[in-house]
Amino acid sequence: MMSEEKKQNFITDEEKNPYIKYFRRDRLPTIFCSGCGIGITINSFLKGLESAEMNLNNISLVSGIGCSSRVPGYLKCDSLHTTHGRAISFATGLKVGNPDLNVVVFTGDGDASAIGGNHLIHAARRNINLTIICINNNIYGMTGGQVSPTSPEGSLATTAPYGSIDTPFNLIKLVIAAGATFAGRWTTAHPLQLSKTIKNGLLNDGFSFIEVVSQCPTYYGRKNKLKTPSSMIKMFKENSINKRRADNMSEEELLGKIIVGEFVNNPRKEFSEKIENLSITESGKNTIRKSAYKI
Amino acid sequence: MTTELFIQGNEACAMGAIKAGCRFFGGYPITPSTEIAEYLSINLPKVSGSFVQMEDEISAIGSVIGASWAGIKSMTATSGPGFSLMQENIGFAMISETPLVIVDVQRGSPSTGQPTMVGQGDMMQARWGSHGDYEPIAISPSSVQEFFDFTLEGFNLAEKYRVPVIILADEIIGHMREKISLQDKIETFKRVMPKEGPETFLPFKNIENGTNPMLSFGDGYNIHVTGLTHNELGYPSTMSPEDHSNLVKRLVNKILKNRNDIVSCDFKYCDDADIILISYGASARSIMGTVKIGRNTGIKIGYFKMNTIWPFPEDEIAKISENVDDLIVVEMNLGQMVHEVERIVKDNAKVHLFSEIGGTLPKPEDILNKVRELL
Repeated sequence: MMSEEKKQNFITDEEKNPYIKYFRRDRLPTIFCSGCGIGITINSFLKGLESAEMNLNNISLVSGIGCSSRVPGYLKCDSLHTTHGRAISFATGLKVGNPDLNVVVFTGDGDASAIGGNHLIHAARRNINLTIICINNNIYGMTGGQVSPTSPEGSLATTAPYGSIDTPFNLIKLVIAAGATFAGRWTTAHPLQLSKTIKNGLLNDGFSFIEVVSQCPTYYGRKNKLKTPSSMIKMFKENSINKRRADNMSEEELLGKIIVGEFVNNPRKEFSEKIENLSITESGKNTIRKSAYKI
Repeated sequence: MTTELFIQGNEACAMGAIKAGCRFFGGYPITPSTEIAEYLSINLPKVSGSFVQMEDEISAIGSVIGASWAGIKSMTATSGPGFSLMQENIGFAMISETPLVIVDVQRGSPSTGQPTMVGQGDMMQARWGSHGDYEPIAISPSSVQEFFDFTLEGFNLAEKYRVPVIILADEIIGHMREKISLQDKIETFKRVMPKEGPETFLPFKNIENGTNPMLSFGDGYNIHVTGLTHNELGYPSTMSPEDHSNLVKRLVNKILKNRNDIVSCDFKYCDDADIILISYGASARSIMGTVKIGRNTGIKIGYFKMNTIWPFPEDEIAKISENVDDLIVVEMNLGQMVHEVERIVKDNAKVHLFSEIGGTLPKPEDILNKVRELL
């Protein structure tokens, strides 16, 4: 009889995680804290990618600064890890520069909606074909637990020692108002639903925004009496209400609830395609690809 | 074959960009640079290029960096306030070695200052505006012809050394109209793909001449590009003193060790001069006029026009300072490049500042009065 420990060694990494093949193995382990929701989000993303029948090799990942923005550095694809809040503007140039690329942005609540809020709404307005995956943990994790634009009122953070007095952003409402053609929200307690929404977002030929409400047990949880990852995920589960049900509920009933689901899937003409069309009208050709090597 | 045109400086810059191979412009309107964006919004689609008006100057340079990594020669144009907003991403372009061109059509400053008047207040910002150690290339045109030529040269230098190149123009050069000659045949520097395949290629290798071949996103190399200190593979290595030192020194040395290839200056009558006038940009026109009048009246003066601002033309300035007693630096700020000249000249000669701010070009007669005081 083999001991339990020995048996464990016979389980390959691929068996432990079928998505390990997508990782830059030489960069592991990650910097993420144990219990962080980013791992669940990466798995849901890779599952969504597979079900959209897309290849990670054809994906360009762009990110800004923060825990969530470290994701692209661990995945085996072209990745651009930029400045704080500016990922979407870099992604805009990348997509317009080569519309054949599938461009996905990994960002967080601080990166996307505080310092990068302006780029978020303008990219939504343009309807440029980018898929934004915003891992919202309601706190600045990388810098040690400061209040963020999505921190619930009254929640504790190192810079909100008496509880947050700010009104948090509803990111889905924000991007829909700005013109996003696809928007969905799930929590890390909904990995399967999340992967399906990521798939739908990837397939939308336009600006797609997917919010992943995620746990930061290290900072948000510890500050707010939700010390374990499981207690946070349990809280997400208990407080989530599907959009279909929420549509029939009052504001008071929805107080403190997380509305999950797909909120909009309303395609309209995509931005880089409009630039292509202008080029075809004015020059008779598509926009030139990789011209720096030719002219 | 040459073609002659009578055009505005900003138009010449935009034409030069297209000739250089620029096929992406990301920008934000700002006086006195806007005509560059307007010209390119009309003409980029005609050459299968892309024009995007971004939401601010931060995203403008962000988009330019993104487009450059897509394999497109890319640029933006702005003035002081927008140039200030771009500084963080200029640092990103430096550490990620992204070729691009930034045109800064300078106006009266600080802050919003004098939007429609000339100034040269951004000289040191071009050198030190972003945080950290880096070595930019900045060139400064003094005529409409040079605005065309230097934009073209700017793209070639950006590609050759994988570095952001700043064209330090000013309101006068941007808005004046002059005759320019265009050559039919123009040399452009084409980006070079690595010879090695994805398995063996080190995109940020610590090589002797400093500049690695550049691949694009979508080439199958699974490259990681980050603003963090990175190793030769491009992976973050933020706690290694060795990796950091190797990276930053390579970035700085790839410019400094090629100073002779990059630096360009024009000078005249310096051999027998008692006094040499030094300037750049629009005010270089003032010193050339001053020397002409001065020589006609028997005053032995010469001029030295810096085409390259950064890296600073150290050897050239040191050489001309050997045989004169006085150097006068003429600039449209309260003294920026004069400190660089002092740093190089040391005790070889006396360095004086002729400063003119407020939005008017220094007058040759005023400069001559300063010359006469020193004789």
